[in-house]
Amino acid sequence: MNLSRTSRTLLRAALVIGLAVVYVPLAVVLLNSFNSDRTFSWPPAGFTLRWWGAAWDSAGLRDALWTSVQAGLGATAIALVLGTMAAFAVQRYRFFGRETVSLVIVLPIALPGIVTGIALSNTFHTVLGLPLGLLTVIVGHATFCVVTVYNNVLARLRRMGLNLEEASADLGADTFTTFRLVTFPMMRSALLAGGLLAFALSFDEIIVTTFTAGAGVRTLPIWIFENLFRPNQAPVVNVVAAALILLSVIPIYLAQRLSGGDPQTH
Amino acid sequence: MTTITTTAASPGMRRRAASFLHRHAGVRLSLLLSAPLAWLGLAYLGALAALLVTAFWSTDVFTGDVVKVFTWANFTDLVTGEVYRTVALRSIGVAAAVTLIDLVVAFPMAFAMAKLASPRAQRWLVIAVLTPLWASYLVKAYAWRVMLSSDGVLGWGYGLTATVVTLSYLWLPYMILPIYAGLERLPDSLLDAAGDLGARGWRTFRTVVWPLTFPAAVAGSIFTFSLSLGDYITVKIVGGKTQLIGNVVYDNIGAANNLPFAAAVATVPVVIMLVYLAAVRRTGALENL
Repeated sequence: MNLSRTSRTLLRAALVIGLAVVYVPLAVVLLNSFNSDRTFSWPPAGFTLRWWGAAWDSAGLRDALWTSVQAGLGATAIALVLGTMAAFAVQRYRFFGRETVSLVIVLPIALPGIVTGIALSNTFHTVLGLPLGLLTVIVGHATFCVVTVYNNVLARLRRMGLNLEEASADLGADTFTTFRLVTFPMMRSALLAGGLLAFALSFDEIIVTTFTAGAGVRTLPIWIFENLFRPNQAPVVNVVAAALILLSVIPIYLAQRLSGGDPQTH
Repeated sequence: MTTITTTAASPGMRRRAASFLHRHAGVRLSLLLSAPLAWLGLAYLGALAALLVTAFWSTDVFTGDVVKVFTWANFTDLVTGEVYRTVALRSIGVAAAVTLIDLVVAFPMAFAMAKLASPRAQRWLVIAVLTPLWASYLVKAYAWRVMLSSDGVLGWGYGLTATVVTLSYLWLPYMILPIYAGLERLPDSLLDAAGDLGARGWRTFRTVVWPLTFPAAVAGSIFTFSLSLGDYITVKIVGGKTQLIGNVVYDNIGAANNLPFAAAVATVPVVIMLVYLAAVRRTGALENL
């Protein structure tokens, strides 16, 4: 390539500086969680593990975490079923309105969260008369989680082709047996990847949650947001933030394992 | 045939169902589509339609109840109200500024990743860019609240600038990844050819690289623009007193208890995004999403 030495150096520098800017704020949060000063004046006043202890003991925080896990698992389960069904329909059949299906599935994530949020809460509240609670949160989350599973399964089906399933049918397996022994095992890593994304999306969501959770239901993001503006809760919020940054390594590791250990991609 | 019936040790019901499904593709398709379409096609689109209808209703000033009579009042207020015009223009300005900043920051980074790094390094760089996406949105906004607070690392304080900076930070990976993918698809031989024909770096960029990666950049801009346009949480965290469209919607549901007006305001970002999508459709950006 005909790039001068200076341009190469400048471009590399831009990459390094850019990545530094991406990671510095996260590092500051991590450091601050050990800051003995309550107000986070910079530089940190001293080292303490007190706030980590305080966060561990917070009952409200533990409840919020448990609510988030339940909401995430519920939404992921629904998304796995609906996303897989839709992906099979779109990839394996030709029918009128096929393009529209993809659009409808992408729509909940393409529209601003607040639009989806108030549309759903309005429907639950005034149209259906359902009380808002954990169930409505799960329904709301599932609505925008379907797309992650759908995309992953669709991509897998496209690569898989029909040969192995036809071979299975030729060998005498019926529709269900073929699905259980051939199709499903080949889709497994795509389902895991889609499910992982769906769970992460649900776990992190706040806007739709704000509108679909009743008064008593508090997911982790809602808890963080409620306590963000309370000065005496600042150290605990910071510890939660630091813990979430550390925990985000898990899905990255899993995602890498899934894409690396997948025989289909080699 | 005999082997099949003997190896299928399942009850006859299951067997019959399987062969029925095997013969009737239409039934298979209907079953597959039923649940997803009932959920997203009927329930979700229905909810959106109901919201749109609500936008044409009004709220009784005294009782606070929704009056289910058709009126253009909400939209008239929206168009004539000085405040709403300012907020809408400010929101579009913020979304445009965030998109532009992300584009300027992301392009050199993506170029260095795609064209200057070794394949091994590329893999790690992609992970490095993806990693912050898994960190919680709130945590990242919070990180900037800590950095920008008056006694923090940067200490710039909160406001409109802080909002633009934080939003640019939040959505940067959404701009880097499509551009990186676009640059990866761009053959190196084209860059060499441009060089052989005497083009220097800037000219190669202007006449070869940019036109070919433009759809990818537009794909990235769809994310940065739409995510900024609908945001109200970041504004609350680092925006100080700044108001964007999302805040107006939120306040009209919560404090003002005026769902019809909130619904009318919520149509604004949707219409802007539809116009934006229609405008960029010709660039082929939608295939780069």
